Amino acid sequence: MKVPLSKIAHTRSGDKGDTCNIGVIAYDARHYPVLVREVTPQRVKSFFGGLVQGKVERFELPNLGALNFLLHDSLGGGGTLSLRIDAQGKTFGAALLGIEIDIEERSQ
Amino acid sequence: MIRIANGQGFWGDWLEAPVRLIEQGPIDYLCLDYLAEITMSILQKQKQADPSLGYARDFPPLIGRIAKRMLDGNVRVIANAGGVNPVACAEAVRKAAPGIKVAVVLGDDVFGRIDEFVAKGYKMADMDTGEPIAAIRGRIQSANAYIGAFPLAEALSTGANVVIAGRSTDTALALAPMVHHFGWSATDWDKLAAGTIAGHIIECGAQCTGGNCQVDWQNIPDMANIGYPIVEAEPDGTFVVTKHAGTGGRVHSDVVKEQLLYELGDPKNYITPDCVADFTTIHLDDIGPDHVRVSGIRGRERPATLKLSISYENGWKSTGTLVYSWPQALEKARAADKIVRGRLASLGLHFDEIYTEFCGVNACHGPVAQACPDPPEVQVRIGVRSADRKAVDRFTRELIPLVLNGPPGATGFGDGRPPVREIVAYWSALVPREEIRTSVEVLG
Repeated sequence: MKVPLSKIAHTRSGDKGDTCNIGVIAYDARHYPVLVREVTPQRVKSFFGGLVQGKVERFELPNLGALNFLLHDSLGGGGTLSLRIDAQGKTFGAALLGIEIDIEERSQ
Repeated sequence: MIRIANGQGFWGDWLEAPVRLIEQGPIDYLCLDYLAEITMSILQKQKQADPSLGYARDFPPLIGRIAKRMLDGNVRVIANAGGVNPVACAEAVRKAAPGIKVAVVLGDDVFGRIDEFVAKGYKMADMDTGEPIAAIRGRIQSANAYIGAFPLAEALSTGANVVIAGRSTDTALALAPMVHHFGWSATDWDKLAAGTIAGHIIECGAQCTGGNCQVDWQNIPDMANIGYPIVEAEPDGTFVVTKHAGTGGRVHSDVVKEQLLYELGDPKNYITPDCVADFTTIHLDDIGPDHVRVSGIRGRERPATLKLSISYENGWKSTGTLVYSWPQALEKARAADKIVRGRLASLGLHFDEIYTEFCGVNACHGPVAQACPDPPEVQVRIGVRSADRKAVDRFTRELIPLVLNGPPGATGFGDGRPPVREIVAYWSALVPREEIRTSVEVLG
């Protein structure tokens, strides 16, 4: 069954220079494997389209039921250089809540 | 157990937070984080204009306001309020609160040592882009090494009521009292990592007590009186995150997880001057309302280098807005943007970038934003960037005329022309840690 990410996870995002980071956290630890399977770096990169010019990296934190994404070259130069209203990527995490994921549990 | 609170997540955070922390319950140490990456360059400019400035000017009056409580309750303050002029900051604190003993940590400021470092063969390439330091050599405005918890702990050992640092790391402010009070050594990697992660959790103030939290945000109680965070630290490196009873907000593992992930890079390699902390070893337990216990943290040896925070001049920018109303608000806003770009081109002005967003439509989320046919109003926001200040200044005069000579229904011009701002950019680089020698000076 396809649902928006917001059904099973919450997010927080911020900046490091021109890189935006998004933490994606499962409300229920049982859904962590679904996050790992569905929210891949490739899907995050294609979801944001032209907003992310560089690569997307993913790190796993199973102890927190969470994933951490680094979106490189995504903030219009970042910091003081950026002309964007969201130069710090504060709202990128909220945007990602709209990505459609399949929450069906499958045997590995 | 010692109680370490954080009452300021950045310079400009809630003025009442540190006062409430000291008035509304017991704490032993009050940390105040004033420095963002670009704050140092702003302070450098202030010092250039007036040699007695260059520090966080909110800090001395705050100490004046809470001095009696500090002395009565034996609460000690640790702040990176010193900016590029920590001694002047300390003198201002002594004036605002004459009975207060102040210790200042010196040695982070390497603005005058860049040539020496270059002569020694340190590349100081930008950690993000790999560019050599020569690219910005003549435009550097400030240069500071991030210093860790041990110089701050040394300052605490003088018995000072207030410890002032320049560019210390945010996490060192909370780790320093643990090192001082528990006598942790510089190779207690697991404990240092635990204290570092405690510092990371509270360094952004209320972001770990319910602020900016997505989880059940509508029902987080009494946000107007939100409590700022307190860490109850134990000598073994475990700690509890909490806030004063009776304050608003919420401390829960969900909330703490959001803050743990905030501005995080590789979670196994959180590098500080004190240790390398591993965020994949953190264990959280909700042990009661507004009490989260943190344990299990492992760390590794500190790096052989220290990071420099360097700021440099990088041109000029300005951003202006107009609001268009229904009907066809977005079409009108797009037409206005096209007109402005056409007029700037016909003036022959050069810009490195012109960037347009439509607030109410796609400013935050760009191509990800959901389509909204014929919105009731749209704000067009146009920004320009150039090495030529005159070009940027000319741009600021091109928006308001559109109210009379552009598409119909423009408003929102009441604040007049937008300001031209200097771009002070940030450069990070590494030097061997032996190059940075800190010292402590005591006043009072």
